[in-house]
Amino acid sequence: MELITPGLGLVFWMTLAFLLLVYVLGKFAWKPILQMLKERETSIHEALSSASKAREEMKQLQFSNEQLLQEAKNERDALMNEARKVRDRLIEEARVKATEEASRIVEGAKASIQNEKMAAITELKNQIAESSLNLAKFILKRELSDPKKQEEYVQELLKEVKFN
Amino acid sequence: MTASRSLVPAFRFLALSVLMGFLLISRIYASAQDHTQLNAASDSVSTPQSEAESHKAEGKFNAGEMILEHVVDNHEWHVAEIGSLHLTIPLPIILLYDGRIYTFCSSRFHNESGSYLGFKLEKEGPHKGKIIRIGSQGESAESIPVYDFSITKIVLAIFISTFLLILIFVSVANSFKRNRNKAPSGLQSLLEPLIIFIRDDVAKSSIGEKKYEKFMPFLLTVFFFIFFNNLFGLIPFFPGGANVTGNIAVTLVMAVFTFVITTISGNKHYWIDIINTPGVPWWLKFPVPLMPVVEIIGIITKPFVLMIRLFANITAGHIIVLGFVSLIFIFGAISAALGVGVSVVSVAFMLFMNLLELLVAFIQAYVFTLLSALYFGLATTEPEHH
Repeated sequence: MELITPGLGLVFWMTLAFLLLVYVLGKFAWKPILQMLKERETSIHEALSSASKAREEMKQLQFSNEQLLQEAKNERDALMNEARKVRDRLIEEARVKATEEASRIVEGAKASIQNEKMAAITELKNQIAESSLNLAKFILKRELSDPKKQEEYVQELLKEVKFN
Repeated sequence: MTASRSLVPAFRFLALSVLMGFLLISRIYASAQDHTQLNAASDSVSTPQSEAESHKAEGKFNAGEMILEHVVDNHEWHVAEIGSLHLTIPLPIILLYDGRIYTFCSSRFHNESGSYLGFKLEKEGPHKGKIIRIGSQGESAESIPVYDFSITKIVLAIFISTFLLILIFVSVANSFKRNRNKAPSGLQSLLEPLIIFIRDDVAKSSIGEKKYEKFMPFLLTVFFFIFFNNLFGLIPFFPGGANVTGNIAVTLVMAVFTFVITTISGNKHYWIDIINTPGVPWWLKFPVPLMPVVEIIGIITKPFVLMIRLFANITAGHIIVLGFVSLIFIFGAISAALGVGVSVVSVAFMLFMNLLELLVAFIQAYVFTLLSALYFGLATTEPEHH
């Protein structure tokens, strides 16, 4: 019977001790422990989320880096192309200019040759005229006596003289 | 290499359990020995023991009485007996009688008449273990009741465990503060999973995310008080060995706490559900309020079952272990060789029971806490909006 009859004193002391235990542990143990647990959980949660965020940012950064590199490459290629074009154009221009200059020189040379030639021809004509006059003077001096011979002689002379 | 390494802790555990078992046996064996000595020579040099005197009449080892004495409360704490030397801690007796308070040491009862200041510690009969008022001629005078507020064995065990629990958990709280936002260390890492288990799997899942917090101090205290005292009750020698959680007064107080908290925190929805239970045919409620009566009885039976379950489980475990010990002496009284033979089997079974009790210690603490949390959850749940 004693086994299943709660004793008054035991109930009293147990109530007292248990209330004390709930109060003391509640105030000095459970409250700080649960608070720290919560704090740690939130800090772990935050750390994890910030880590994943950083990873995401890293990925973004890597991607933009690659993009930048690609852009730089493209720009370099463009610049190279441009340079090549400029070079080609310059060479082409120089070549054209040189050809023009050359042809101009040749043209000039041709003109001066023509002029020289004309001058030479004129001079030659003058000389021929002079020599013809001299010849005529000479012939007149020698063969005016014989008209036949005169004629022959003129013919002969004329054969020798050729106009260019 | 790995096999031998894993065997070492197992062996240690086995050795410890066997040692504990033998200590328990030796303690009871000593008491049995002492009883026979006392019978042979009644001019006892040592102070007479209540335990010893009760056996005197029969003169034989009485298993039932021995078991009951180890399971129930006592006014002194019997630690050990070495030969005829009794190691007993006398405990303070506090009595409230006729408007006056009497305080004295329990060792005062150890005299010829077994009484002091007109009070007697009964050793026989229906009031065995109770303190009664006696008249000048030694007759019992029960006209005015004696209120016994003595610091008994179990009260002392409660005080010791309260002190140790405060010591342990305040130091754990300090180590939480020291390891702020860091990994747990030491005792903290042992107890933290249990605290988280109670918080997440008991409180949060039964009461709900929003309201669980205000019940946490009670739930954690109840869990660790029961768990700690269950384990302490398994240790067969002083500070342990007291059957705290297997005492009905202790479980009663805790169940009453659960009942009071449930009743106080019960919301409108909870009381409406009790008076007008939904999903029940109207004729069970209207002419004869059958369901409301059943529900109102249910308010009381829920904590009552909590009280009985814990008390019965722990006391039963203790009784079984003590029963195996008694077997040795019962058979030993028939023949010494038979006693030795039975002791091998008994120790094996005791070891098994002690291991089972380790499991029960946790399960019962868990069940008490879980059911308390469920009742709090029922009392605070909000009606579902459709």
